[in-house]
Amino acid sequence: MKEVVQGIPLNYYLALSTVLFSIGVLGVLFRRNAIIILMCVELMLNSVNLLLVAFSAFHGDAKAQVFVFFIMIVAAAEVAVGLALMVLIYRNIKSLDIDFLNKLKW
Amino acid sequence: MKEIAWLLPALPLAGFIINGLGRKYIPKTLAGIIGSATVLGAFIIGIMLFMQVHETQQGQVLNYYRWLSVGSLVVDLGLYVDQLSAWMILIITGIGFLIHVYSMGYMSHDEGHNKFFAYLNLFVFFMLVLVMGSNYPMMFIGWEGVGLCSYLLIGFWNTNTNYNNAAKKAFVMNRIGDLGFLLGMFMIYYNFGSLDYNTVFAKVAGFEINSPVLVAIALLLFVGAMGKSAQLPLYTWLPDAMAGPTPVSALIHAATMVTAGIYMIVRSNIIYTLAPHAQDVVMVVGLATSIFAAVIGLKQNDIKKVLAYSTVSQLGLMFMALGVGAYSSAMFHVTTHAFFKALLFLGSGSVIHAMGGEQDMRFMGGLKKKLPITFITFLLGTLAICGIPPLSGFFSKDEILLNAFMASPVIWSLAVISSLITTIYMLRLLFVTFYGKFRGTHEQEHHLHESPASMTIPLVILCILAVFGGLLNVPEIFGGNAWAHHYFSGMIISTGEEHGHHVSHATEFILMGVMLTLIAAAFVVLRNKYITKGAVPEKDEEMTGFTKLIGNKFMVDEIYDFFIVKPAYLMSSALYYVAELKFIDLIVNAIGDGIVGLGRIFRRLQTGNIGFYIFTMVLSIVAILVFKYFVV
Repeated sequence: MKEVVQGIPLNYYLALSTVLFSIGVLGVLFRRNAIIILMCVELMLNSVNLLLVAFSAFHGDAKAQVFVFFIMIVAAAEVAVGLALMVLIYRNIKSLDIDFLNKLKW
Repeated sequence: MKEIAWLLPALPLAGFIINGLGRKYIPKTLAGIIGSATVLGAFIIGIMLFMQVHETQQGQVLNYYRWLSVGSLVVDLGLYVDQLSAWMILIITGIGFLIHVYSMGYMSHDEGHNKFFAYLNLFVFFMLVLVMGSNYPMMFIGWEGVGLCSYLLIGFWNTNTNYNNAAKKAFVMNRIGDLGFLLGMFMIYYNFGSLDYNTVFAKVAGFEINSPVLVAIALLLFVGAMGKSAQLPLYTWLPDAMAGPTPVSALIHAATMVTAGIYMIVRSNIIYTLAPHAQDVVMVVGLATSIFAAVIGLKQNDIKKVLAYSTVSQLGLMFMALGVGAYSSAMFHVTTHAFFKALLFLGSGSVIHAMGGEQDMRFMGGLKKKLPITFITFLLGTLAICGIPPLSGFFSKDEILLNAFMASPVIWSLAVISSLITTIYMLRLLFVTFYGKFRGTHEQEHHLHESPASMTIPLVILCILAVFGGLLNVPEIFGGNAWAHHYFSGMIISTGEEHGHHVSHATEFILMGVMLTLIAAAFVVLRNKYITKGAVPEKDEEMTGFTKLIGNKFMVDEIYDFFIVKPAYLMSSALYYVAELKFIDLIVNAIGDGIVGLGRIFRRLQTGNIGFYIFTMVLSIVAILVFKYFVV
């Protein structure tokens, strides 16, 4: 498996991660739909995971992969809670547009 | 000795904890028994310690626990059992026990009965710490503790504002004295590097006579004694302290706490002996207090106030004795005074009890037949304080007078005047209260009764002590061996100078003769005035001139009020209206208002728009990263 990963130069992984992360950030910033924002957050997390795995393989150190598992678990938990919230929000206001969620303010 | 000595203060403390925590659940009788039994137990242990000390003739330091160890300052929770502390222990627990028993009768109808016993036990505990501590900080703990108990007990009937004010006055006056004590301790530590009695006294011995350090320490400690033992100019709290229940006046404000100052000076006797200048100050203050308070006592009509001024006067006499270096005589007078003054106070309590709370002797009179036991004990107590031989007061007073004469005939004659005045006001008190016709209301007359046994038995025991207490120290002139004097000689460090000029027996007899003649003359005159002619002290508004001035206690309270209390109030209100309202409040409010104003502005950022929040978040993270990698 290590050879497969190392078959591609490290720079490519870096570039891919950067692109994925940027897409995630831009999605979070510019989309209005809460589900899409959540997916973009997942995208950001996974771009980091990819980077960690790549570095781990090239560096010959398994510690980073442990980190990846933690991130996946946390992300799964976060998605479960996040989606549950979405369901409830939708039932109440029949929409997932974050611009409608502006009641909590000064 | 070490195994049992700690029990001595621990027993009253246990009594305090039990009675204090269980004051709502313990029945009155049981609380009284617990309170008295713990003190009785302490008394028995005290006797055991006394026997040992008397046998070995030396003190013993018992260290239980190292309390503080900071740099070179080491303070142990240690007890010191020597001649002086064993003697004081017997006075405190012995008389304390009798007064506890008396209180069971006196306070039986009071709601705060259990609280009263808790406080009394706490007082005994602190007093024992005071006399048993092996260093100055321990003495100070007891010193402050008895001050606290005094405050609590003076203001015991705390629904009365006047009583509360009296309690506060006692507390504040004592704090002034305590400041002197504290400064004295600081100086002791600064100069000797220790606060343990033995270390300090060993180092003091190396100093020259009248070296400024010793004089300063002696004077500062004496300021503490002035407060606690009610000497000029800090005496005014003691007469007011009579607001407390009568057993409190007997125990705290006559027999034990007010003698703490004398205890302290006798304990530090080497410092005073090596600082004759300070001794002179002690002597002059004591003598002045003695005469001043005695004169005020002449025109007081409240039975307890007379006794209070008498106490101040007698304490002054003791300080005078300390001032002329007669430490053992002062301790002897402390003892006999504790006997007869406790007796007189308890007797007056019995009278007040019978009169249903009336304390003005102008409304008493003729109580002789109605209260026979109280009358006889009070009579003997009065004769003892007047110094009629062979009652205890005669021996102790005579010894002080003799020592005064050896110091200087002038001091002697002033002390004689003070004693004579004492005789006059005490006989006046006796005659007006117990002889003549009853002057109270019919209701009171109907109500008159002898007090219950729990009150009369302590009276009788104290009376026996007051009569025979003099046997402790019968001087050589009467074939005695001055037992108490020899007992104390082990712990009093003498420079050998004060016995330089001894007086002959003939002189001694002449001095006694003069005193007794004066007392006899006073007796005849007063008997004629108050019994034969049946005179009654005039009403307050009928007093004129000098009499009025005395009746108003030389206006000392008013003078203090005008020169100290009023300016202090004025200054504090000035500070309140100017510094507090105009400066401090402004600054504090400005800070608060400023923060509220800022909040009013910045809360606009909380728009509720999630997109905006995320945008700022991302922007901030980017900014942090940029700052971290490119700027720093």
